[in-house]
Amino acid sequence: MTREEILAKVVEIVRPFAKNKDALETAGPETNILEDLKVNSARLVDVILEFEDEFDIEVEDEDADSVNTIGDAVDLIEAKIG
Amino acid sequence: MKRRVVVTGMGIVAPNGIGLEAYDQALRTGTSGLRHNEQMAEAKFACTVAGVPQGSDEIAEQYFAEDELMAMNSSHRFGCIAAADAWTDAGYDRPAPGDDHVFWEAGAIIGTGIGGLDTVGERLVPMVDAGRVRRLGSTLVEQVMASGVSARVSGQLALGNKVTANSSACSTGSEAILDGMERIRAGLAERMLCGGTEGASHYIWSGFDSMRVLCRTHNDEPERASRPMSATAGGFIAGSGSAVLHLESLDHAVARNARIYAEILGGAVNCGGHRQGGSMTAPNPVSVQRCIRQAVEDAGIDPLEIDVINGHLTATGADPAEVRAWSKALDRDPDNFPIIHSTKSMIGHGLGAAGALEAVACLLMLQGGYVHPSVNCEDVHPEIEPFGGSIPHELREMPELRTIVKSGFGFGDVNACLVFRRWSDSAPSV
Repeated sequence: MTREEILAKVVEIVRPFAKNKDALETAGPETNILEDLKVNSARLVDVILEFEDEFDIEVEDEDADSVNTIGDAVDLIEAKIG
Repeated sequence: MKRRVVVTGMGIVAPNGIGLEAYDQALRTGTSGLRHNEQMAEAKFACTVAGVPQGSDEIAEQYFAEDELMAMNSSHRFGCIAAADAWTDAGYDRPAPGDDHVFWEAGAIIGTGIGGLDTVGERLVPMVDAGRVRRLGSTLVEQVMASGVSARVSGQLALGNKVTANSSACSTGSEAILDGMERIRAGLAERMLCGGTEGASHYIWSGFDSMRVLCRTHNDEPERASRPMSATAGGFIAGSGSAVLHLESLDHAVARNARIYAEILGGAVNCGGHRQGGSMTAPNPVSVQRCIRQAVEDAGIDPLEIDVINGHLTATGADPAEVRAWSKALDRDPDNFPIIHSTKSMIGHGLGAAGALEAVACLLMLQGGYVHPSVNCEDVHPEIEPFGGSIPHELREMPELRTIVKSGFGFGDVNACLVFRRWSDSAPSV
């Protein structure tokens, strides 16, 4: 799976949680999930669970804490599915 | 002098109608919202009939954002639709995204009896037992906490006054309205969204089936299964849904030229202490009568002014005792007894939502000048035969209708009673 494909899937997973739908349309690696997309911080838990299901991976709490941007998520997922 | 409290908005999500227009029409025509319930049948319930609002998910999808919907079980969806509708019915716009204004003068008391059990049954217990706690996600707590619905509503409508959830079993909805009225009377709030909500889930209803208090004799004819005051009443039918009233101080309502449905003249709550014949599941008849008398006294009216009793009347063996209690408490014999009827005959027993669902029926009747039929009791219970003439089997047009009392009694030997009066231009000025 290419980085672009992963990124596209990540954006789709985050979509329903994002309050700022406009920012979603131009989302890229630098987009901050909480600040730019206005995702409620408590819901990051659910976003990570969706990553696990979609990519068939397991994300440790410490790894989850390192996810701030869309790019962070792509990096993490890419490393896990290696 | 007490501050006067009026109802200026209503929202309803009932088994026989969502929205005031649909509910009003269903009440007038005696239309039942009770249906065969496949979940109950599959789980081998003795009763397989229930009342579930139809089409609420479609409305919720229009009203609420995707991320909100993921955190809203049936109890939340019903309650939040009813609250949003009450708010807009009162003439307020729902806050736009990004609007940072807080309505400090407005709060919410939206209770539930057992709400959230669908989430407990479908997700919490199976996942925890399977060792999958980390997979529960972030939305579980807010869906099972008792105050989940009022909390959600406070965010959707930017409420800044008291926001809480009461719980007193089947008197929850009536009690919430009374609590809101008292808060406004005391000058602590100008507007309160008050009511109850109860989810649609066989997990909620299972314990009642096991207690043998659900009707098991009319599974083949669901619309005839809820039979309050009937000789062939065989237990109640579980209902679900939500109703929320927008209560407001009269001063505030007049100042903004709000449309007023009715005044809440007064009310009372009490408990029988599980004494004098009362228990966890049966009402102390003395406490029921005290509650009714206190409500009438609080309302400052003569019992003879009461036109209609919208009873608790669930279709269990307690119905005749309730009718007798009304007669004694109001000191009105069968020959001058008010009209008495049961909204549950059409929507079943909405448990924690019941008082609010039925209060909306009372307010629509006051507004429209009619009394809805009490269906399925053509065969009046022999113990209350003398009161048979007071039971409307058909719609009664009643333009002169002014005053309705509404009661709710619950497990725990708790009682609530409210007195509503039609609003009109002739009402005394402030």
